[in-house]
Amino acid sequence: MNEYNFAYLDEQTKRMIRRAILKGLAVPGYQVPFASREMPMPYGWGTGGVQVSAATLTPDDTFKVIDQGADDTTNAVSIRKFFENTAGVATTEETKKATVIQTRHRIPEAKLTEDQILVYQVPIPEPLRFLEPRETETRKMHSLEEYGLMHVKLYEDISQHGAISTSYSYPVKVSDRYVMDPSPIPKFDNPKLEMDAIQLFGAGREQRIYAVPPHTKVVSLDFEDYPFEASKADHPCDLCGAEDSYLDEVIMDDAGSRMFVCSDTDYCRSRREAGHQGPMTREDAA
Amino acid sequence: MNAQTHFSGGFQDAPRDAAHAFRAAMTVMARPGEIRTLVGAEPPAPLSVAAGTLLLTLCDADTGVYLADAADTSDTRQWLGFHTGAPIVEASKADFAVGRWSDLMPLSDYRIGTSEYPDRAATLIVESDALAPKGAVLSGPGIKTTTGLSLPDIAALQGNAMLYPLGCDFFFTCGDQVAALPRSTQIKAEG
Repeated sequence: MNEYNFAYLDEQTKRMIRRAILKGLAVPGYQVPFASREMPMPYGWGTGGVQVSAATLTPDDTFKVIDQGADDTTNAVSIRKFFENTAGVATTEETKKATVIQTRHRIPEAKLTEDQILVYQVPIPEPLRFLEPRETETRKMHSLEEYGLMHVKLYEDISQHGAISTSYSYPVKVSDRYVMDPSPIPKFDNPKLEMDAIQLFGAGREQRIYAVPPHTKVVSLDFEDYPFEASKADHPCDLCGAEDSYLDEVIMDDAGSRMFVCSDTDYCRSRREAGHQGPMTREDAA
Repeated sequence: MNAQTHFSGGFQDAPRDAAHAFRAAMTVMARPGEIRTLVGAEPPAPLSVAAGTLLLTLCDADTGVYLADAADTSDTRQWLGFHTGAPIVEASKADFAVGRWSDLMPLSDYRIGTSEYPDRAATLIVESDALAPKGAVLSGPGIKTTTGLSLPDIAALQGNAMLYPLGCDFFFTCGDQVAALPRSTQIKAEG
């Protein structure tokens, strides 16, 4: 335990990240540049989220990591172990017991409380990047609040597919000012962005930190005649029967049979432990 | 003050003390109006515990600090220099400024960021005689409906909020208590 400084990063790096987090909270949705460090994991594995967590964790915290909602995938397990080893913090898989939750591409199903902090791993923080590759131009667009291009993109979705087909990284406007990429969470999770917990976003490779304070207005972009819709697979969870959770589709065999299962493993498990059953578990029981 | 005092009063266990201090600072910045306890440092007078702890948590050789009038003593300079290495600068170049409200004014002296980089703005640490959850009525990001906070000069702070997304951000410190007011908060005089 004594080989590393608390939470791995050196203190000067943490101060720099902490200053960026405070400015991010003061200007919700604005991407604050920061001097991202090399971490002992590849880019794309959550180096931004890990740095934000490292600067945020205290020894008293209970830490949870999810990857696409699951606590038991490689990315989640390795980051959890990383902070067990370098910060000595308690870890958990239970959403309600966690004080800091690092997430890749999901918001937990359970409602988060005032005492929790949600840290997102972000691959591409700039919502306009695929529309305008030049940073100088996107920065100008944010400064002028010139977001017409984003609406054109959503309009083109409608003209080609008859509906807004963007299904993840669905752009939002934060506190009536900045358009923000909520990271590749499914648009099902977008309504949950207005929550009681503090939300911090870290993009390691792209060197940006941004934040959404609690109770901040977060509006998914849409049109009056094509309002935003939080969609999910039209099916209950095959294991726990939940109708209200985001589902993963799992191919079961070569014949194309499939099952739908909660992407949030903790939510699914706690429901099954409470006695809830889904179509597949009921079939087994019968 | 003897040399001994300049070297003392820092964090006992820097990584853990700073982590706890930052959690308090982040929480109040994310929830404007909320008052928290902030301890860890023991700065020389006239700095409060909360202000000293904020400086140790956030400042280093990369951040210019402006010590406003009464806060600018050889003791505070040496203490800050020893523990953080932060350069002492004038108000217009400061990343952080610390002092009493009347000493810190006018607000127009400080950096408010640019439209492309609104984060390049000063953070003011305002030493206050009292902190109370009443006075001005606050609303905006981080606040569910409205909340109250005692503020030194409502008109000046309203002017700062008008600059959004530019503007300064504030911590208010009193003893070991801290509250914050980011530029995003809307301010109304009570009544």
